[in-house]
Amino acid sequence: MSLESAATLAAPVSRPNAPPKMTGENVGVFYGAKQALFDVNLKIEQFNVTSLIGPSGCGKSTFLRSLNRMNDTIDGCRVTGKINLDEDDIYDPSIDVVELRARVGMVFQKPNPFPKSIYENVAYGPKIHGIARNKADLDEIVHSSLRRAGLWNEVKDRLQEPGTGLSGGQQQRLCIARAIATKPEVLLMDEPCSALDPIATAVIEELIDELRENFTIVIVTHSMQQAARVSQKTAFFHLGKLIEEGKTEDIFTNPKNKQTQDYITGRIG
Amino acid sequence: MSAGWVVAIVLAIGAVAYFFAAQRARVQRDSTDRAKEVPHSLPTYHGWLAFIFATVPALLVFLVVSSVSSGLLEGRIRTEVATHIADPAAASLSIGMVHNTSNALGQLGLSGANVPASYAALRDMATSAGISLAESGEDYMVPLAASVNADAGVHKLIGQGLTLLLALAGAAFSYSRIRLRLRARNQVERVVLWSLLAASTVAVLTTVGIILSMLGETIHFFSDVNPLTFFFGTVWDPRFAAAGSGGSEGQFGLIPLLMGTLYIALVSMLFAVPVGLMAAVYMGEYASNRVRSTVKPLLELLAGIPTIVYGIFAVVTLGPFFRDLSAALAGGFSFIQAQSVLTAGIVMGVMLIPVVSSLSDDVITAVPRAMRDGSLALGATRSETIRKVILPAALPGIVGALLLTASRAIGETMIVVLAAGVAARINFNPFEAMTTITVKIVNQLTGDLEFNSPQTLVAFALGLTLFTLTLGMNVYALYIVRKYREQYE
Repeated sequence: MSLESAATLAAPVSRPNAPPKMTGENVGVFYGAKQALFDVNLKIEQFNVTSLIGPSGCGKSTFLRSLNRMNDTIDGCRVTGKINLDEDDIYDPSIDVVELRARVGMVFQKPNPFPKSIYENVAYGPKIHGIARNKADLDEIVHSSLRRAGLWNEVKDRLQEPGTGLSGGQQQRLCIARAIATKPEVLLMDEPCSALDPIATAVIEELIDELRENFTIVIVTHSMQQAARVSQKTAFFHLGKLIEEGKTEDIFTNPKNKQTQDYITGRIG
Repeated sequence: MSAGWVVAIVLAIGAVAYFFAAQRARVQRDSTDRAKEVPHSLPTYHGWLAFIFATVPALLVFLVVSSVSSGLLEGRIRTEVATHIADPAAASLSIGMVHNTSNALGQLGLSGANVPASYAALRDMATSAGISLAESGEDYMVPLAASVNADAGVHKLIGQGLTLLLALAGAAFSYSRIRLRLRARNQVERVVLWSLLAASTVAVLTTVGIILSMLGETIHFFSDVNPLTFFFGTVWDPRFAAAGSGGSEGQFGLIPLLMGTLYIALVSMLFAVPVGLMAAVYMGEYASNRVRSTVKPLLELLAGIPTIVYGIFAVVTLGPFFRDLSAALAGGFSFIQAQSVLTAGIVMGVMLIPVVSSLSDDVITAVPRAMRDGSLALGATRSETIRKVILPAALPGIVGALLLTASRAIGETMIVVLAAGVAARINFNPFEAMTTITVKIVNQLTGDLEFNSPQTLVAFALGLTLFTLTLGMNVYALYIVRKYREQYE
């Protein structure tokens, strides 16, 4: 499948006039004295999939992790500029980080289910946030999350078995179910398929397209085909700078920047 | 020539062999065209090989000859003495006297015709030279000791000559063997392997030796005292039995000691586990690198304090403090005794804190970072993450760590000797004194004793019981820790 035809397969931007879900203004990130990200301005549209692409070390994961303040857990990391979720500045001191992370969920590169049962993995978020009122409510949340993650049919008979016993692709879908069980508004995915085989990858990509109906998704990927297949908007990072962003089809068929063109045609990166 | 000199000379021969062998290998290497023939090993390996050939067989032979010689001489003294004295207990005393006599002869430099004919004459000479000899020696001991000395001299000469000869032969052999393609490197490697193996066997063999020596004495003890009354007896009163009042059985009851041991260990664990675990969680999860790098070594410093110092702290400071505190609380009557389960337990707990925290810290930091990130990204707080994800994931490892700690608590001696008291009784009041197995072992073996009465032999039975207990716990702990490791790797 060529890049062009892949890009056209993705559905067009669904709600063009809605205000952006998240906005980054002049975002810079420092690890100690070293600056990893420079002046990034990017709008994340609601109910869209935005993919962040670029060579390793270009700052795309750093930007992703600053969207739910997971960078806070790294010693010596400092974020400058402004990131808004709807109207709220997420780096404002009055913001509760814990609450923010419940609104902006995350799926990691390597599947990281907790060493608990499948049920407990999914119920973890709802339990700590008190989303479910009772056991039946919790069951319903767990079941529907597993269904939306496309995992229900495979695990419905063994919810009490450990989540670590599933296959890699199933584990990653379990992590997605776990993330959507807390009913986040935005879902961040950090190379969610890089540890998976092509079949499991295809399943997850399909899933991402379905999840777009209810969630705003930001995905970091190394695979340009994946970016073309699943996303409506694409942002290209290089050496800590945002080089170009726009509709996925435009980026892949008609890049304005020379560096972007070099990257998507495989000349750098 | 003393043994030290022999060893030194052998090592010197080895060093010379090293130098010459390496030199020869170097010359051979330099005089060959590398394109035609490639030398197999570096010259230093040829040197080391020569050193090994020169020293190892020689020193082994020296060791063997020395031990065989002392065995032979001991056997001779034994048979000779047995012809004079029938009773084995008295004979062992006389054997000791013969040894002393031969030492005295050696120190006085007497041999052959110079040896005095009577024991009394020798004793006078020894006394005037400042050497003390037992009074009750008999005349037959003097010629015996003299001839033993003469034999020892011959043995020594043979041993030393053989050793030096072997060292020279080994050096010469390996020197003559040096060729370009000699696999000296591989042979040195094999010697290294064997010496590593020998080093690790020492610990195992020592353990086996300890068990066997304790087992022998324990069996001896159980031939006097019924094992059932030992293991299930509830009264500990060994001295009463020594009075020979007929009730010797039932006085060596293990139960009060075992209960005291477990009770004090329990109190110490109740104190050490929460504190140590929380310290580990703080170190592993919250502390910044700067704090961690100062506080952790400080905490581990606690582990370096000798336990007798903890015991002194307990008996001088904490015990009286608790006693006075309880007196103040109860209006004059101190319900906490100065030596009590509580004092011993708490001080032992302090000793155990670094053990708990450093073992659990290792286990906690071994939980993959992905687990923490996963939980934090779901909007969990740090303490929720620790309680619900990290501790459950680390639990098997922590349990293993706690078992190791518990076996330390059970085997601990000096703190309880000072702080727990010596009253062997079954008691559930933590404010009163109890005693432990280790304290009683110390009690039974303190002083100038012969290991032939149940009063002293019981120490071995107690020791073996303790050893079995802690060994079992350690094995179980290692099993759990290993099982846990398999999950992540």
